Amino acid sequence: MQLRDKNQIMDSMAMKRALTRIAHEIIEASKGVHGVALVGIRRRGGPLATRLADEIEYIEGQRVPVGILDITLYRDDLTTLANQPMVHRTEVPFDINGKTIVLVDDVIYTGRTVRAGLDALIDLGRPKRIQLAVLIDRGHRELPIKPDFVGKNVPTSLEEVVSVSVTEIDGDDKVVIQELIPEN
Amino acid sequence: MGFDQRKDLLGIRDLGRDEIEQILDTAIPMKDILKRNIKKVPVLRGKGVITVFYENSTRTRTSFELAGKYLSADTSNLAVSTSSVQKGETLRDTIKTIEVMGPDILVMRHGMSGAPHYVARNTSMRVINAGDGTNEHPTQALLDMFSIREHKGTLEGLTVTIVGDILHSRVARSNIYGLTKFGCEVRVVGPSTLMPPEIEKLGVKSFCRLEPALAGADVVNVLRLQKERQQAGLFPSLDEYSNLFMIRPEHLRLLADDGIILHPGPMNRGVEISSEIADGPRTLVNEQVTNGVAVRMAVLFLMMGGSRSEIAG
Repeated sequence: MQLRDKNQIMDSMAMKRALTRIAHEIIEASKGVHGVALVGIRRRGGPLATRLADEIEYIEGQRVPVGILDITLYRDDLTTLANQPMVHRTEVPFDINGKTIVLVDDVIYTGRTVRAGLDALIDLGRPKRIQLAVLIDRGHRELPIKPDFVGKNVPTSLEEVVSVSVTEIDGDDKVVIQELIPEN
Repeated sequence: MGFDQRKDLLGIRDLGRDEIEQILDTAIPMKDILKRNIKKVPVLRGKGVITVFYENSTRTRTSFELAGKYLSADTSNLAVSTSSVQKGETLRDTIKTIEVMGPDILVMRHGMSGAPHYVARNTSMRVINAGDGTNEHPTQALLDMFSIREHKGTLEGLTVTIVGDILHSRVARSNIYGLTKFGCEVRVVGPSTLMPPEIEKLGVKSFCRLEPALAGADVVNVLRLQKERQQAGLFPSLDEYSNLFMIRPEHLRLLADDGIILHPGPMNRGVEISSEIADGPRTLVNEQVTNGVAVRMAVLFLMMGGSRSEIAG
């Protein structure tokens, strides 16, 4: 299967505006940032969590802790994947007990990644509350999981792929809808 | 080919450098799990790991069992000394019986070199060699390489001296195969009666005196001396052995400034290693044991985690 770009739905400015809005919503939901920490799901959730922390610091003048969660060991689909993903380190350098943890990812789709993220997080301690922030919600949930903060809702078909690029990993910021082209 | 595409882990000799690096890299996040309050991840849930040890080894067996449990596999141990093996059952029949009980991975130690290779050819289970005769002990070499890399930052170009009974040591052989793949200068030293003929053909330098072999070494890997070798007449006395080859505090000055000492355990204090060295800050014995669990977690995960339908059976 090959992928073909179909439509760019966000550029760098749109992504920044979405993250700024989410940052405001996180602050509002917790009435400030006391006890709040951000944990990005590797890979693209990591840079997005750091950017949200930057936005929150700009607005509130206070830095919230940021961690990165690797969920490879918590996936329920490892035996069905053609290539085994590399396991990376989970880097959550603060105590999550009693905190409000905002889990951050680029796209929510079936909800299985988030479920794995919740399992991984709970093995690190007992947060007071876990919230979910995503840049894109593309629908098609297979589990009863709903994000608390969404950058953009994007209705998609199952034949489409939502591809998020971030400067830190991909060299530029954009969100593109791609479609699968069946091979002849 | 990545290591995750292999059916079995039988030795270091036939592993590529990329495969070794994949295992060592995967062991880093595994070690993180050992430091957590909840030392368990669900990745091997529903998988079975059985350890079958035809030779005694509490620590390697326990290390594999814990590695499996921390990854949520179901682990079990066949106690060979009380099993049907004592009633004359053949190795092949024993393995077939285990196979139909349904485990996915068989971890095996055997006194005969090549026994795991024979088993691997005759079973659909994945086989991990936990030491076969005088041939190989791959996970020990992997944990040694992990410990060295963790301390030195790299394996590339280091000088590693292996001291002791090279002739009978599967740890030495696996270490030699692994370290030479990374461009290490590997030196071996021990009594000439315990040195294999033509050992240099494995790409190592051999010495019969300890001091020149230690000069400038970054790592000293001290092997356990099996005392029964003395009864077999392979060296005159334990006293003579310890006089000539025991690592003592005065040897530290011969090493590189940040030289470290490894020992696969269990240690014979006062025979191959002095107590001062065994308990000293540059000796990584306890860390090696921890790293052993992490490396075995990495091996189990890589062997079980991905799809390998193309090589099943």
